[in-house]
Amino acid sequence: MLASGAQVEARGDFCGAAFISYDMKSKFSPLWQTIILSLVIIGLIVLAFAGYLTPLSRLILSPLVSAQSWVSSRFQALQAYFSEPHDVAVLRQRNAELEAEVAHLRTQIIELQQQLSEYRILSALLDFARAYPEYQYVGASVIGRDPSPFVKYIQINRGSDDDIRRGMPVVTQQGLVGRISKVTASAALVQLITDPSVTVNVRLEPTRAEAALSGSITGDIGLDLIPQDVSVQAGDLVLTSGLGGNYPPNILIGQITGIRSQDYALFQSASLQSVVDFTHLEIVLVITNFEPIDVSPLVPTPGIP
Amino acid sequence: MVVLISIPIFSVLTILQSAVLSRMPLLHGTADVVLLVVIAWALQERVRTALQWSLVAGIMMGYVSILPYSVPLVSYLGITGLTLVIRRYIWKIPILAMFVITLIGTLFNHSLSALVVSIGGAALPWLNVLQMISIPSLFLNLLLAAPVYAVVKDIANWLYPEEIEI
Repeated sequence: MLASGAQVEARGDFCGAAFISYDMKSKFSPLWQTIILSLVIIGLIVLAFAGYLTPLSRLILSPLVSAQSWVSSRFQALQAYFSEPHDVAVLRQRNAELEAEVAHLRTQIIELQQQLSEYRILSALLDFARAYPEYQYVGASVIGRDPSPFVKYIQINRGSDDDIRRGMPVVTQQGLVGRISKVTASAALVQLITDPSVTVNVRLEPTRAEAALSGSITGDIGLDLIPQDVSVQAGDLVLTSGLGGNYPPNILIGQITGIRSQDYALFQSASLQSVVDFTHLEIVLVITNFEPIDVSPLVPTPGIP
Repeated sequence: MVVLISIPIFSVLTILQSAVLSRMPLLHGTADVVLLVVIAWALQERVRTALQWSLVAGIMMGYVSILPYSVPLVSYLGITGLTLVIRRYIWKIPILAMFVITLIGTLFNHSLSALVVSIGGAALPWLNVLQMISIPSLFLNLLLAAPVYAVVKDIANWLYPEEIEI
């Protein structure tokens, strides 16, 4: 019995057991053997917790871990090889779903950017409306331009159904755009102040001198009829004067960029930079409570006293 | 029937002209796709409704433009008449005729428009008009002439199929 117990211990799992020789085992009773074995185990555990066995465990475990990693990687490769066709189909389907989702999200981004742009314009227009509370406004989108390159007109999506009438001034948050020239039920044509047949009575700031603004075939605007005795500087502001009754007063038009003054001329003229970008008009405001004054009866007619 | 088809075609073209092409100028000139379609249609051999199509085109363009109705009407009808005359002489090379009439038609249309605008009181420096509007417009029209001719030819072949004797 004792011999068989010693044999078991000689084949034991613990290294400490190897130090116990066959002769020694025969001298100890099973109780002592158990106690010694327990003490050895406890000692090993204490040593392990204290970290003294780390180099030893590293020496033993490293090859085991390497071997396990090798086996695991090979197994995973085999598993992937056998299950790949199914995964590719799933991945393709998933890829298609994600691509569709990306396309949808891109469309949403474009729509949101457009809405943001419109929101910014509307916000600026609201600021303008707050700055001029005496007027009533109708917002309109620019839907086109006159097909003829010889005139400067835009089409807006508001017409007589929205109480738009001929002669109403049109503005943006920056300043004066023009006035309504032709109205249908759901649309209207706006004559821009850059049109070659337009003349607007303006006032210069800070000199408060009166002048006449005129458009041109190239879309540039200029000032004429500036009195010779007025000192005009580049950078002076140009606003509507309200004279003639076609436009409300004090609406900003632009800034003077250059002056042409000749000693023998009756008046000075000037070039002007408009505050409104007429090539990128998107949304405009129509001033609906401004009544243009018809001064034609006051204009003297030849032959009538 | 063929005249009725011109109404939706020119409606779409007028919208395209007003909303898109007018916003894509070269200097200050723009392409006139309606004019090109009128010319290309009149150049088709089997077409018998060229004048009716140009009438519809003139009315449509007159509706969206501030210029008087008479300007596009006279312009398109005149160009169509010229096209019908030229078709008799250059019938073997219609694409060449397309370029020639586009050149003449654009200048005629612009001259008429400029005349009416200047009668209305606008100051038009003629050299500026030529440099900034007419020549760029002419360039754009000549650029679009060949593709427009090809599309209109297909439409004409569809509406006027070739008669085959059995």
